[in-house]
Formats: sequence, C-alpha cells, structure tokens
Amino acid sequence: MTPYFDYHALAPVIVLTAVTLIALVVDFVWKGSGRQAVPQIAGVGLLLALVPVFTLAADGETRVMFDGAYVVDDYALAFAAFFLIVGYVSLLLSYDYIAEGDFYQGEFYVLLLTSVLGMVIMASSRDLITIFVALETVSLPTFVLAGWRKHDTRSNEAAIKYFIIGVLSTAIMLYGMSLIFGMSGSTLLSDIYKTAGGDNPALFAVAIFLTLVGFAFKVSAVPFHWWAPDTYQGSPMPVTAFLSVASKAAGFVALLSVIFFGFFPSTDSWQPVLWVLAALSIIVGNLAALRQTDIIRMLAYSSIAQGGFILVPLAVAGTNDAAKSSFEAVIIYILIYAAMNLGAFACVIANARRTHSTAVSSFAGLGRTSPAVAVTFSIFLFSLAGIPPFAGWFAKFVMFRSVLDAGTPAAVVLGVIAAVFSVVAFFYYGQVIRQMWFHEPADLGETGPHKVPVALVAAMSITMVVVVVIGVYPQLFARIGDVAFPVV
Amino acid sequence: MPINYFLILSAFLFCAGAYGVLARRNSVLVLMSIELMLNAVNLNLVAFSTQVQNVSGQVFALFVITIAAAEVGIGLAIVLLIYRNLRSPDLDRVEQLKG
Repeated sequence: MTPYFDYHALAPVIVLTAVTLIALVVDFVWKGSGRQAVPQIAGVGLLLALVPVFTLAADGETRVMFDGAYVVDDYALAFAAFFLIVGYVSLLLSYDYIAEGDFYQGEFYVLLLTSVLGMVIMASSRDLITIFVALETVSLPTFVLAGWRKHDTRSNEAAIKYFIIGVLSTAIMLYGMSLIFGMSGSTLLSDIYKTAGGDNPALFAVAIFLTLVGFAFKVSAVPFHWWAPDTYQGSPMPVTAFLSVASKAAGFVALLSVIFFGFFPSTDSWQPVLWVLAALSIIVGNLAALRQTDIIRMLAYSSIAQGGFILVPLAVAGTNDAAKSSFEAVIIYILIYAAMNLGAFACVIANARRTHSTAVSSFAGLGRTSPAVAVTFSIFLFSLAGIPPFAGWFAKFVMFRSVLDAGTPAAVVLGVIAAVFSVVAFFYYGQVIRQMWFHEPADLGETGPHKVPVALVAAMSITMVVVVVIGVYPQLFARIGDVAFPVV
Repeated sequence: MPINYFLILSAFLFCAGAYGVLARRNSVLVLMSIELMLNAVNLNLVAFSTQVQNVSGQVFALFVITIAAAEVGIGLAIVLLIYRNLRSPDLDRVEQLKG
C-alpha cells in the first residue's frame, strides 16, 4: 500500500529541503565568490517556502496525511509562516556577523535552514514520532551553531552545555513518550486523546510528567533553566537570538500540540506541573534578571521570565471555559515575543559592533551617539515590559484574559504572581533605557563602525513594524488565534 | 513473558544512565550514559510494541537509534573541540561562564 502524499501540503517542506541542499552544494562546489551567494540563496529560499504556505492558507482546506500524523491546518500554517519569517530575520541578523568573522560561511546558513525546516515540520506534527523527529531536526543544528566560534573556549562551553542538556532532555522526554505509547497503544496524539491513559491513570500521569520535564528543558523553564544564560552568553550573538526565539518557540509549539491534541482530557496530570513551571519561571527569571550586568545574560533571564508568561495560559487551559482563550493567548504571546525579542537582539548586535562589549554599561549615551538605534531599542524594551502602545501589552492582556476565563483560585494566584513580576520587570528594562538616555557616553577610544549595516536595519524594521502595528491595532492578530483553534 | 520484566530492566537502565550523566565528569562517559538512557527508551518501546500489537513502537525505536547516532556524532565533535582547546575531556574544567 502506498501512503497518500499531498504534494501541495508538503510543498513548504519540499522547497525548504531543496534550498538547503542547494545552499550546501553551492558552498561545497564554488570555493571562491560563489560562496558569497549562500546567504542570498538561503534568504530567497525562506521567502520562497512562504509562497506555498500562503496558497495553502488561501485554499483553507485541512489536509491530513499518514493516518493523521502530519496535518496541515490553519494552526500549522500560521506557525509555518511564523517560523519562516523568524528564520529570515535571524538570517538578516547573522549576515554581517558571519561575513566579518573569520568563519566558514556556507555551513552556518545550511544549519540555520535545517533548523527552520524542523520547525515547519513541528507545526504540522500530530504524532509522537513526528514530534520527536521534528524536535531533533530543530535542536541538532543549533548545538553546532552554539559552538560556531571553534577557537573560543566560551563558545565551546556554550555548545557542550547546550548539547548535554538538549540530549538529556530528549532522553527524559522519550522515556515519558515510550510509557505513553505503552498505555495508549498508539503514537498518534488523537488516539492518546481518546484513551487518556486507559486503565492506568497514575502511570499515565508519571509519563506526562516526564514528557513535560523534557519540554521544560527545551523552553528553559525554571527549574530546568540554568543552562540557558551560559549558552546564550557563549554562543555567537545571532545564534543566541535564534535560540532564544526560534528554538524556544518550537518547544512551545510542541508543548501546545501535545497538550491540546493529546493530553488534554487528563487535566489533573499536566495542569499542576505547568502551574509550578510557570510560577517559578516568572519569579526566578525576573529576579535573576535584576542583578545582571551583561545585556545578553539579562535578556536570557528575561526570556526565561517571558517563557513563564507564555506558560501561564497553558497552566490554566484545562479549567472551565479557558481552553479557547488560553490556546489563543499562547499563540499570540509567542508571535509577539518573537518580534520584540528578535528586535532587541538586533539592537544589541548593532551596539556591540560599535563598542565590542555586551555590558549593560556599554549602552551609556547611546541616545546621543546613535539616536535611531536607541529609539528602536527603547521601543523593544518598552514592548518587552508590556507598556502600551507597543505589542507587548496585548500579549500580556490575552494572557490575563485566559486567567480570568479560568477563574479558579489557583489561576488567580498565578495571575497575581504574573502581575507583580511584570512590575519587577520594569526595573531591569528601565535600567538599560536609563543608561541609553541619561548617562554620558563612555570614551571608547577606538570604536568599531558607527554605521548600522543594511541587513540589521532590515531586521529592526520588520520586527519594529510588527511590534508597533500589533500594539496599535491588535485586532489584526486576535484573528489568528480565532482561525487556528482546532475542533478537537 | 510478563511485560513488567522489561519495564523494570529499562527503568534500571534509565536510572543508571541518569546517574551517569549527573555524576560523571568525563564528557565521553556522559555521552555513553545518555546512550544508556536512550536504550532504556528503545527497550520500553519494543516491549510495549509487542504487547499492544502495534508496529509503530518499533518504528519509533528505529528513529531513536538513528537520531541517537547523529547526536553522538555532534557530541563527539564538540568534545573533540574542547579537548583541542583545553587538553582535557573533563567537564569540570569547562566553567568560564557563571550565572
């Protein structure tokens, strides 16, 4: 029996695979100037893969393949488009960094594309095997990317820490998945949904717990977060941006899929786990960010805290009628978080080109030396802090709405924690803004280039448009959550 | 043969691997411990696959084996890199970044 192939539905993945291979071959065959074309090929490829995503969205039909293991619906398409755009912005961030470093060019983009390919597959996965393969396709290239600066021992350290944690979390997650398979007799999420552990709910709860611990490592939720600041600091900066946005988002998409399509009926087994993860991430992430003097470490802890905010709707999803609003909240929060965090990293990279430093104090007087970057960075930081009219407030708003929809005491307590620590977050974001606008520029002696390269400007503009437009006109994004909510 | 035997063995393997990852300082031994954990998973998958009469468990195990091979390839490459720079496979010496 031949399995049913829907080539239209697979087109984004096929295009991306083809472009990845072309980039690899071009880099391999043309030693000289041909190599310079690799980033362009990669960029065009990412945008080209968007075309079938849009034609599929226009078609609007839900396509199911391989007995339901691979589904292309609105939810999958929304995230496929999201990952392709995030991949494109990450590519823009890397362009000058890689071109000016003494690195091999082509492999970087090939690895980046492979990772994005895994993310696009992840969005469509509805089966434990597919989710596992997609998650590893996302992770494996990023281990190499983290250790990109081969002769820098800090980059080595980032890679080995990330690698060991990544593989360990995979092993724990797989052990949980193997138990789930044993109890439900199938790897399909829809079958797991139906059986809900069968006659052994206690062991099923253990299996869910192990699976969630694996995912908690991937999305760096406290107490499984300690690798993240070290890995983020040691990796090349564009890779850090990619890790903290794209691969984290991929982890959340996987979490969203397994919870909503698979574990949903066994509310008692996953809800308390996520509640604890969310509360701890918000508390520890925000408090640790307060005392950081390095901007990358600060953004690392801030992204742990933001991850906690994304977990909040998930942690209340099973109560009362909160399912739909929390599903929407998670999606919207991920999209907005990606835009503002990528933008913030673009500004950090721009500043580090000039000052050769990632200390928070290196931003002193940026408002005077390069006001455009300072304004842009301030907007992203305001957005991360959740101050209107920038997109961050809407992300926080949908999060609190899902908490109110749940309405139980546990949900309200979590909401209060989130609210209190959103205020704490003002302090560390504000500290950077104060440095930029109210401190004298340090005398740097010989400084790097003042001019911000075109690719970085493009990355800043794309993310800035998203952050401002969504902040001012959020209805545009509210529809995405509406459309994507699956009928389970 | 009751499935419990397999499950107990795999739980033991998994715990031994987890202990190895946490306690061992030599990075190659850490990699081997992770392999042990993944093999525990494979044992579970194949045992369950026979019990519930669904071949997808064995397919899952095949994928785990394949990806574990890729993981070890990358892992050894990183370990080799560290060995070149620090002249030691000891993980305790990799500690410049502190939070």
